[in-house]
Amino acid sequence: MERFEPRIVGFLCRWCSYAGADLAGTSRMTYPPNVYPIRVNCTGRIDPTFIIKALTQGADGVLIAGCHPGDCHYNKGNYNAFRRYLLLKKLLGQVGIDEARVRLEWISASEAEKFARVVKEMTETIRELGPLNWGKTG
Amino acid sequence: MENRIGVYICHCGTNIAGKLDIQELASFASKLEGVVVAREYKYMCSDPGQEMIKKDIKELGLNRIVVAACSPQMHEQTFRRVLNEAGLNPYLFQMANVREQDSWVTGDSKLATQKAARLIAAAVRRVSNHEPLQIKTFGVNPAALVVGGGITGIEAALRIADSGRRVYLVEKEPSIGGHMAQFDKTFPTLDCAACILTPKMSSVGVHPNIELLTYSEVEEFSGFAGNFKVKIKKKARYVDPEKCTSCGLCQEKCPVKVSSEFDCGLGMRKAIYTPFPQAVPNIPVIDTENCLFFTKGVCKVCQKVCPADAVKFDDKDEFVEVDVGAVIVSTGFDVFDPSVAAQYGYRRYDNVVTSLEFERMCNASGPTGGKILLKSGDTPKSLAILHCIGSRDENYHEYCSRICCMQSMKFAHLVREKLPNAKVYEFYIDLRAFGKGYEEFYKRVLNEDVIFIRGKGAEVTNFAETPEEEGKLIVRCEDTLLGSVLRVPVDMVVLSVALEPRRDSNKVAKTFLLSRSKDGFFLERHPKLAPVSTTNDGIYIAGVCQGPKDIPDSVAQGGAAAAEVLSLIDRGKVTTEPEIAVIDEKRCSACFVCIRACPFNAIKFDEDKNVAVVQEALCKACGVCVAACPSGAIKQQGFTDGQIYAEMEGILAI
Ligand code: SF4
Ligand code: SF4
Repeated sequence: MERFEPRIVGFLCRWCSYAGADLAGTSRMTYPPNVYPIRVNCTGRIDPTFIIKALTQGADGVLIAGCHPGDCHYNKGNYNAFRRYLLLKKLLGQVGIDEARVRLEWISASEAEKFARVVKEMTETIRELGPLNWGKTG
Repeated sequence: MENRIGVYICHCGTNIAGKLDIQELASFASKLEGVVVAREYKYMCSDPGQEMIKKDIKELGLNRIVVAACSPQMHEQTFRRVLNEAGLNPYLFQMANVREQDSWVTGDSKLATQKAARLIAAAVRRVSNHEPLQIKTFGVNPAALVVGGGITGIEAALRIADSGRRVYLVEKEPSIGGHMAQFDKTFPTLDCAACILTPKMSSVGVHPNIELLTYSEVEEFSGFAGNFKVKIKKKARYVDPEKCTSCGLCQEKCPVKVSSEFDCGLGMRKAIYTPFPQAVPNIPVIDTENCLFFTKGVCKVCQKVCPADAVKFDDKDEFVEVDVGAVIVSTGFDVFDPSVAAQYGYRRYDNVVTSLEFERMCNASGPTGGKILLKSGDTPKSLAILHCIGSRDENYHEYCSRICCMQSMKFAHLVREKLPNAKVYEFYIDLRAFGKGYEEFYKRVLNEDVIFIRGKGAEVTNFAETPEEEGKLIVRCEDTLLGSVLRVPVDMVVLSVALEPRRDSNKVAKTFLLSRSKDGFFLERHPKLAPVSTTNDGIYIAGVCQGPKDIPDSVAQGGAAAAEVLSLIDRGKVTTEPEIAVIDEKRCSACFVCIRACPFNAIKFDEDKNVAVVQEALCKACGVCVAACPSGAIKQQGFTDGQIYAEMEGILAI
C-alpha cells in the first residue's frame, strides 16, 4: 500500500508566515509537500468555520500561522485568531477529533526554519494519526 | 457572463520546470472548469510572457487569469498591471505559488507536481469567484498637526512651516520647550540648552505658518490619511493673549507662592505664572487650584495691577476644530520616580536628587542661580552620580535610557567647573559613549579628576559605620573591577533616572490609534526602515515618545517625520486598497461586535439606519471584523468566504 500522504490546509498570514514560507523556498530548504498554503491578510480573518469546512471536505489537518503576538501588521488581529483557536480546539475535542490536527503557530517572516520544522512535525504527526475521513463517512 | 479563464504556467528557467512536469500540469489545467486556454512559457514575467497574456485576453476574450509561477509577493503587482493594460480589471487575477512553496522545497518530483496541480486547481476555482474591484483616490489636506512642543515637535513644525505649509502645534503645557528647556548645558558640546533652544522657540512663536496652541490638548481625532479631523481643547488661561504685553507685573504682585513644576519643586512660582522667563508664548496662566480668587473668592490683585487689563476671571475652555492631512506625535517622556526604589533614599534623605533636579540646580536661571547647594545651603565637598537608576533593571525598565551615561559625565564636568575641589564619583555598569564626539567627551572627563567606579550603586544610606561616615550619605556598591564591596561617603547623591513613557501614553495611543512596544513607548512601523511611520498611514511618531534618545537623534527624527508629512502632502492624493470590508445593511443586527473588534476604529455606527458602516478609507483590510460578525453581515472584498472556500475546495477535490 502507498504511504499515506496527509493533506493539510495552511492558512498563512501575508505579512509574517507566508513570507517566512517564501523564505524557506528562497533558502532552498526541503520540507514535505503536505501543507497547501492559502494566503490571508491576517490570521484574524480566519473564521472557525473555515477550519471545520476544511476538515469535513477532506483535509486531514489545518495549520494556522501568523505573526508573533505584538508583531501583527494590524496591531492585534492575531489575538483574535488565538482566542478563536482555543475555543475551536475545545469544540473539536468534544467531537473526538485529535487536537494535533489543528495547529496554530506564530512564524515571522524571518523564521523559514521554523516554518519548515512545523510542516515536517505536523505532517509526521498526522501521518501517524491516519486519514481523518470526516464528512466522508456517515 | 461565463468565465473564460486563461492559465499560464511558468518554467522560471529550470527553477520550476526542473522539478515539476509542466506539460502534465498544462494539460491538467486545460481540463478544469472554465479554463479556455492553458499555456506554459519559459519566463512569464518577461515581456514576451506578458504579451502572451495580453494577446490571449484580447483574442480569446479571456476574463480571468491564473499565473502559476513564483510567490505573489514577488510578481502579483506585475501581472495585475498586465491585466489592467489589456483592459481587464486587475483583481480578476490569482497566482499559484509553485516555486517558493513547491518546486524549491519539495524533494520528490511526482509529489511536487501533484502539489502544483492542486494549487492550480485552487487558483482556478478562486478566480472563478473574483469580482472586479475599484481603487479609490482621495485628496490630501495640505495642513499638518504636531502634538507635543518639545525640541522634536519644534523641529518638525518649523521644517513643515518653512516649506509653506500650515502647521497646528499643540502643547499641553503653558509654553513650548519641553524637557530641553529645563536642561543646563548639553553634552558633548556644552552649548547651553537655552541658547540653542530659545531662538527656535521664538521662530515657532512668530512663524506665519504655525498656529501655536499651548495649554491645549487634542480631545477628539478621526478620519484617515490625508483627511483627519481634530478637535482641540484650549484650556482657559484667564489672561487675554491679545492684550497681555508680558510685562510680568501680575506675577510679581500675586501673593500666592507654590512649588514650581518647571524647577522640579526646587523653586517657587506664583499662582499666575509663566513656567520660565523665556516661555513661548510669554503669556501667563492662572493656576485655579491655588489662586486665592478661585479658592476663596478674594484677591484679584493681578487684575488690579495689570496695566493692559488682560486678566479675565471669566475665561472659559475653548474648543477648536481643524482639518489636517497628516499628524506627528512627539509627546516626549517622563522621568522615572526613584522613590519607588526605596534603597536609593530619594525623598528620605535631603541630599539625594534626580538628574532633572540637578539640571535645574546647575542652570544659571534656575532656583539656586546655578549654584550646587545642599539643603542646608552649604556647598557639597563630595558628590556621587549613580547611573542606570530605573534603566537596565529588570525591576523597572529593562531598556537602556541612552542618555544617562553622557548626562552623568556632563554633570561631573559641571561640578568640576563650579566646585573645583569637590570629589566626584561616577557609579556605572558600563559606559556607553556611542554618539559623535561622545567617546572624546568621556576621555576629557576621565582627565578631570573624576573617580569612575564600575559597579551599580546598590544602596544609599545615612547609617555611619566609621567616624568619617558620620553626617554623610554612604553609597554602597560592588566594585566589579576590584571584586570588592565599597562604602563611599559623600555629601550629595545624584540619581541618573530613566526616561519613561509619558504617564498619559495610553490615552494618546488610543486617540491616535498607536501601538505601544513592550516597553510602553509608541511603536514604529519598522525599527530600521520605517522608524517614524506607524501602521496608520498619515500618522507619524518622533522623538522620545518612540523610545529613549538624545537631542541630536530627537531632532533628526523630527526632521524625518516632517519629510514624511511633506512627501504625503506633495503627493496630493491617497489611494485606498480595494480589498476592504463591506457590511450588508440588511443582515447587520447592530450588535457592535465589529465596532469593538476593528483594530483601526474603521467601523462607525449609523444611527439613522441602525447599522454598522465601514469607512472605506480607514479600513486596512485585515478581515478581523468579517470573522467576528455573528450575523455573517460583513464580507471582505477579494477575500470573501466564497473565494476562500473555493480555494479550499480546489486543494481538497482532487
Ligand atoms: S458585528 Fe455585524 S451585526 Fe454586529 S454591528 Fe457589526 S456588522 Fe452589524
Ligand atoms: S477589515 Fe479590519 S480594518 Fe477593515 S473594517 Fe474590518 S476589522 Fe476594521
